Amino acid sequence: MAESLAPSVDRPSTRRPAGRAAAGQGGLAGWLLLLPAAVLLAAFTHYPAVATFLHSLYSTPRGSRPAHFVGLDNYQAMIQDPVFWQSLWNNAVYALGTIPAAIALALVMALWVNGRIRGRGLLRLAYFTPTVLPMIAVANIWLFFYTPDYGLIDQVGHLFGAGAHNWLGSRSTALACLMVVTVWKEAGFFMIFYLAALQQIAPVLGEAAAIEGAGRWYFFRRVTFPLLMPTTLFVLVNAVINAFRVVDHVVVMTRGGPDNATELLLFYIYEVAFKFWDTAYGATLTMVLLAILAAVALGQFLYFDKRVHYR
Amino acid sequence: MRDRLTRLLGTALVAGGLALGAGAARAETSLEFYYPVAVGGPITKIVDGMVADFEKGHPDIKVKPIYAGSYQDTITKVLTAIKGGDVPQLSVILSVDMFTLIDEDAIVPYESLVKTEADKAWLKGFYPAFMENSQTGGKTWGIPFQRSTVVMYWNKEAFKEAGLDPETPPQTWDELVAFGKKLTKKDASGNVTRWGVQIPSSGFPYWLFQALTTQNDVRLMNGDGTETHFDDPKVVEALQYWVDLSRKWQIHAPGIVEWGTTPKDFFEGKTAIMWTTTGNLTNVRKNAPFPFGVAMLPEHARRGTPTGGGNFYIFKKSTPEQKAAALTFIEWMTSPERAAQWGIETGYVAVSPAAWETPEMKAYVKDFPPAAVARDQLQYAFAELSTHDNQRVTKALNDGLQAALTGAKTPAEAMKDSQAEAKRILRAYQ
Amino acid sequence: MSALVPAAEGEGAAGRLLETAGAWLLGLVWALPLVYALWTAFHPSAYSARFDLLAPLTLENFVRAWAAAPFARYFLNSFLLVTSILAVQLVLSTLAAFAFARFSFRGRDLLFALVLVQLMVMPDVLIVENYRTLRWLGLIDSVLGIGLPYMASAFAIFLLRQTFKTVPRELDEAARVEGCSYLRLLWKVYVPLARPTYVAFGLVSVSYHWNNFLWPLIVTNSVTTRPVTVGLSVFASTDQGIDWSVITAATLLSTAPLLLAFLLFQRQFVQSFMRAGIR
Repeated sequence: MAESLAPSVDRPSTRRPAGRAAAGQGGLAGWLLLLPAAVLLAAFTHYPAVATFLHSLYSTPRGSRPAHFVGLDNYQAMIQDPVFWQSLWNNAVYALGTIPAAIALALVMALWVNGRIRGRGLLRLAYFTPTVLPMIAVANIWLFFYTPDYGLIDQVGHLFGAGAHNWLGSRSTALACLMVVTVWKEAGFFMIFYLAALQQIAPVLGEAAAIEGAGRWYFFRRVTFPLLMPTTLFVLVNAVINAFRVVDHVVVMTRGGPDNATELLLFYIYEVAFKFWDTAYGATLTMVLLAILAAVALGQFLYFDKRVHYR
Repeated sequence: MRDRLTRLLGTALVAGGLALGAGAARAETSLEFYYPVAVGGPITKIVDGMVADFEKGHPDIKVKPIYAGSYQDTITKVLTAIKGGDVPQLSVILSVDMFTLIDEDAIVPYESLVKTEADKAWLKGFYPAFMENSQTGGKTWGIPFQRSTVVMYWNKEAFKEAGLDPETPPQTWDELVAFGKKLTKKDASGNVTRWGVQIPSSGFPYWLFQALTTQNDVRLMNGDGTETHFDDPKVVEALQYWVDLSRKWQIHAPGIVEWGTTPKDFFEGKTAIMWTTTGNLTNVRKNAPFPFGVAMLPEHARRGTPTGGGNFYIFKKSTPEQKAAALTFIEWMTSPERAAQWGIETGYVAVSPAAWETPEMKAYVKDFPPAAVARDQLQYAFAELSTHDNQRVTKALNDGLQAALTGAKTPAEAMKDSQAEAKRILRAYQ
Repeated sequence: MSALVPAAEGEGAAGRLLETAGAWLLGLVWALPLVYALWTAFHPSAYSARFDLLAPLTLENFVRAWAAAPFARYFLNSFLLVTSILAVQLVLSTLAAFAFARFSFRGRDLLFALVLVQLMVMPDVLIVENYRTLRWLGLIDSVLGIGLPYMASAFAIFLLRQTFKTVPRELDEAARVEGCSYLRLLWKVYVPLARPTYVAFGLVSVSYHWNNFLWPLIVTNSVTTRPVTVGLSVFASTDQGIDWSVITAATLLSTAPLLLAFLLFQRQFVQSFMRAGIR
């Protein structure tokens, strides 16, 4: 959105002999300026994406046996691998569960903190702190919260007469437990973006609405929320990427168990490539992850396109 | 080649110069030694101290101990190094990674290194239970070092409260159930406040499960690491017993029980009996706020436990001098006095009968008799599950166990699926 | 700002109160893990699951955590990691952003699109192939190895390009008339004007890499390279199970630098994150 807000500096200038010169020799200078970043980007983003595909067509070298071309064998194995399907399904549930919750909470938090609420400085601090704590550290603390019987959640439950519950140890709740941690960790982060957007909305709009007697909900639905749409989209894309990118809490809290109930795609890739040392199959699984991210990118691109035209 | 010769000559000259006073010239061999830390406490300091002692007695060998992190870190580091980089000469790695290291063509068997009669006698001096995971195809690939087994800890206070003799732990599967029923406590609204027994099932449930299968007198794999027997009726029966502890008898918390929190559950009085590693002895001794006992696991068809922990391996890429020096170092580290010291300071089971005959160990056991339970149980121990492509086969079993324990599958179904998966994985090695 | 949510007629004070209570309840839940960590770390381990206001205070957990693992070294590694990443990121992305913002050359837009690919496909998901590349480079188990894949940041390039584009052309034309070279122009005009963006990106980058876990876990395996997050996980996952008192103490230790910086510069932190998020 700043793209459109920023002064458009690329407009043809009336007087630009210097500008022309810049464009003329700019070719070489521009390329030289780009070169270092481009080399690193190519080496660690573009090359590995291509190499992932190539290596997914070969077998894993072991000991004295080198890799050899196997065509689509790895993909065939993947289709027959129940753990892969389970991890894909889990990841879908995980994404669909965490993203709307985190975004909705972030929006509510931002509205509160942006409003006239008592002690909003402290509240903002509380909401945002999880963002600066490492997932790996807080996962250990959440592990305590979820501990059956004397864990914090069950201790609170006991006050209301509830019995002990094995939160991380049953298939039905383990994934949901991880999702709660994710929402807790991300909502404050997304809140910041909403806060930034809210502060750019002209106060005049609110005053005008108040004069016309519009209710708060009405105002939010018809004015604030539409104005926040680009932010929501931005946050959404980030949330989707994170849903496939962050598995630190899986490593600490469940290691994919019980019986693969919390196996997420990236964690499975990590297991296959760095515990089973089956790098070719790891590459094959990575291809699926790349395909998902490409789909997200494409969706975002198409949507942005439409929105720009609409404007 | 000439380079190395010059360097060797140089080293020899320097060493010779230094040793001139003693009147002997000898070359110095340097070794890098990776080790993981899997128990709490100042392990790195203990290892550094032992290495310093070794160097005092062996001025011609320099050992550089490198703390490599967890077991997983250590094998990762070694496998990476083998594919190009500085390979250490020896390392402590899980005994179950033996087949992986053989498949990677990384290690040498000890038979190719032992020469003297003393060496051969040393090789025969360890508990046979520990050697099961160290030998295959008639060769010895690993030397037991930091090894453990599963034992049973019980809360004497809870036993008294339940009207049981606090000095008598359950001896059989049936007794475990009978005791467990008495030990399980409920509050007025019917919520369980204390379970009878807890057998952790997160992360690596296969290890605890192997205690049950061993007690049911069945092995999970063959000695070559190419075949598993997960769907054997006796294995299914063992799993049924585990599942029944919570399903049928309701003396064990339902679902998957976290390994990491089990000792804390025990300290908090949330379970009266726990099964966990002998490596927890020091921890429990320090933190349990009540008198506790340590016992062998109960028997069914027989007594039994799997072994666990890490072995010494020597890597192929070392020079003959380094291999010889590494052997000297390992022989020294596993000598009776050292094994006793290591066991006392860390809580691991001392690896040879001779170690238990040392005066230090005898004094320690006299002062703290539970330390000897693991030793006495060793005669009933089987090798820990270990096959080719070990981590993957293990996961196949873990998934099946957790499926059964959470009620997603019946024990028979779960083991049938695990066996099918393991068979598929191992096809390449037959 | 507060007028954004207008207090309309029909709403009573009760509604307001309810909302405030809700906000605070949520705040409490959100702060709970940190509060628990503080409680547990300063009390003996017998109290790690029992909340007794009269429990004795102790620093023993910190002493034990500090003695049980080489945290000082882990701190140094983390510090080296985040500073080296940030330094290289800033230099490379400044140059690249300048090229994208002020030069027109063949293939510029395509290149920019290729840069943006990294926003989607971050190095975090390409662990298998990047590990292979690092092994080929001989950089496994080195601090440089952890940082290298992140040193060219599409995010930084994107942010700086946006900022640079807002610099009025007249300024740099004037400078060029005076015979300024490109690099001097960049250094004298653009970089000072983009300072807030640098601060914003710097904070985001430092907190990201201080907290990063999976990739450092894969790449490192010795004390001399492991950052605090990996050190903490190695420390917390021993065979003996979890001692929350020591783990929370270690957790507080390992997050202390970032947490302190955050508490001291809270406003800047939040504003930086806000700025980094505006597109």
